[in-house]
Amino acid sequence: MKLHELTIKEAHGLLKQKEISSRELTCALLDRIEIVDKEVNAYITVARAMAIKQAELADQAISDGKITYLTGIPLGVKDLICTKGLRTTCASRMLENFVPFYDAFVIKKLQEQGAVILGKINMDEFAMGSSTENSAFKTTCNPWDLASIPGGSSGGSAAAVAADLCLGSLGSDTGGSIRQPASHCGVVGMKPTYGRVSRFGLVAFASSLDQIGPFAKNVFDCAALMHGIAGYDSMDSTSVSKEIPSYTSFCTNGLKNITVGVPREYFNLSGVDPEVLASVNRGIKTIEDLGATCVEVSMPYFEPAVAAYYVIATAEASSNLARYDGVKYGFRNETRDDLVQMYKSTRSQGFGDEVKRRIFLGTYVLSSGYYDAYYKKASQVRRLIMDDFSKAFEKCDVILSPVAPTPAFKIGEKIDSPLTMYLSDIFTLGVNLSGNPAISVPCGFSEKGLPIGLQMIGNHFNEGNLFKVAYNFEQATEFHKKRPVL
Amino acid sequence: MKISHDEVIHVAGLARLEINEKALDKFATQMGAVLEYMDILNSVDTTGVEPAYHATRLSNAFRSDIKTGHASKDDALLNAPEKEDGAFVVPKVV
Repeated sequence: MKLHELTIKEAHGLLKQKEISSRELTCALLDRIEIVDKEVNAYITVARAMAIKQAELADQAISDGKITYLTGIPLGVKDLICTKGLRTTCASRMLENFVPFYDAFVIKKLQEQGAVILGKINMDEFAMGSSTENSAFKTTCNPWDLASIPGGSSGGSAAAVAADLCLGSLGSDTGGSIRQPASHCGVVGMKPTYGRVSRFGLVAFASSLDQIGPFAKNVFDCAALMHGIAGYDSMDSTSVSKEIPSYTSFCTNGLKNITVGVPREYFNLSGVDPEVLASVNRGIKTIEDLGATCVEVSMPYFEPAVAAYYVIATAEASSNLARYDGVKYGFRNETRDDLVQMYKSTRSQGFGDEVKRRIFLGTYVLSSGYYDAYYKKASQVRRLIMDDFSKAFEKCDVILSPVAPTPAFKIGEKIDSPLTMYLSDIFTLGVNLSGNPAISVPCGFSEKGLPIGLQMIGNHFNEGNLFKVAYNFEQATEFHKKRPVL
Repeated sequence: MKISHDEVIHVAGLARLEINEKALDKFATQMGAVLEYMDILNSVDTTGVEPAYHATRLSNAFRSDIKTGHASKDDALLNAPEKEDGAFVVPKVV
């Protein structure tokens, strides 16, 4: 058995039995990264020395009898989650040399549990994009087809799990940035309920939409990782103090008493790839066959959600990214001009094109004379979308839908058309507006062999139901067992 | 929808951005297309709908007014592009 192929559950078992050490496991992954990541380009920074040190500490803890589920487990972290002493770039020239002096809440939690952090993972710059092509440093390739995108913005986090370059990883999801790459790379990815995981130390994109979440090779691992990062944090004023159930305990067989909802608007949308629709429909049938009751639900504001999302997300981004001014941290264009000119030249050179477009759009929709027409209007539509979800969850426990309208597209295919790229988020961004949790689970492959994901959306703070349905679906199918050849 | 070059320069200025002269046309076209798409919002009747600015059911989160730990000056200045005597240095303002 190859160590890098282990799941978290398997690795935990072997570590607990002392059949392997975390040092061995960590070194096996670091060695694989050195070879395979030349092709995949998932990592921005590999923290070899730091990871080995953490692994040795984990081995010590294990020999002292102090083992948690994540002790000694090597993970990857999206490069917008602050890691003390370890460069955190957001895949931007602006933060190319930024070294945080504190850890994000989720990093602190992982370290308390003895997890090992292998390094920092590629993404679209400041999490803005759906393909990882907007990284200032490199484009990550899809492990199933190196000429295709891995999805985005957490494309590196999904690709690293798919390519066995870590046992699990963390990403962030503002409009689908965990679920869409999970779908494209054939792994499991969850966006938790807004407020479930602290955003402290997550570099902000759109604060009312951002949420950190896990990627894993299967549903059980995803649940274990989710359990490792969830929890109240007084440092995030939107963190919710609610008991965290044992998520892995939902991974048991049986879907009786579960009602799944299928939103008719999602399936009447034109332009969705027939292979995606066929796989998703087969997935729904499988879930019905497992004993769940299936009902139709309606989400009338499904289509205007895209426009509402891009108004709100860019508005918040333009405000959040005002902090990059070349004064406190990050890149500064060394000019002896006046202060405003220094701001302008720093920001114009430090940010990539997509980030500039979003800051521009956000500034436009918030500017004098346009605020009511765009930002206020979008926020009203957001209320209607939230009501859509509330009404749907009166009739069902979990909503099923596609994740992305197509399987992964080719690198370069959509990069010149921002609007086309934005529209590819249509199935995922609704839950960011409403705060609901959602998970992507592999449900098929295209004829060309690219993975397709099934999205399951849950009621607020009911991630447990998602793990339950996802686990049962996974047990009844074989998609998660197929691995890319690298 | 087409937005003018002057409008692009004005809004970019508000955002402290400069748009390269050569890229101006492409930028105006791309942004025009996105803004035109956003017009779909006008087809939604939102009469009497209260805007939702976040998705939590939380009200304000307050903490007690007690001094707690904070970043040291050295830490805060760690990543400063230019610093002097424990302060950030910026180009001359006045």
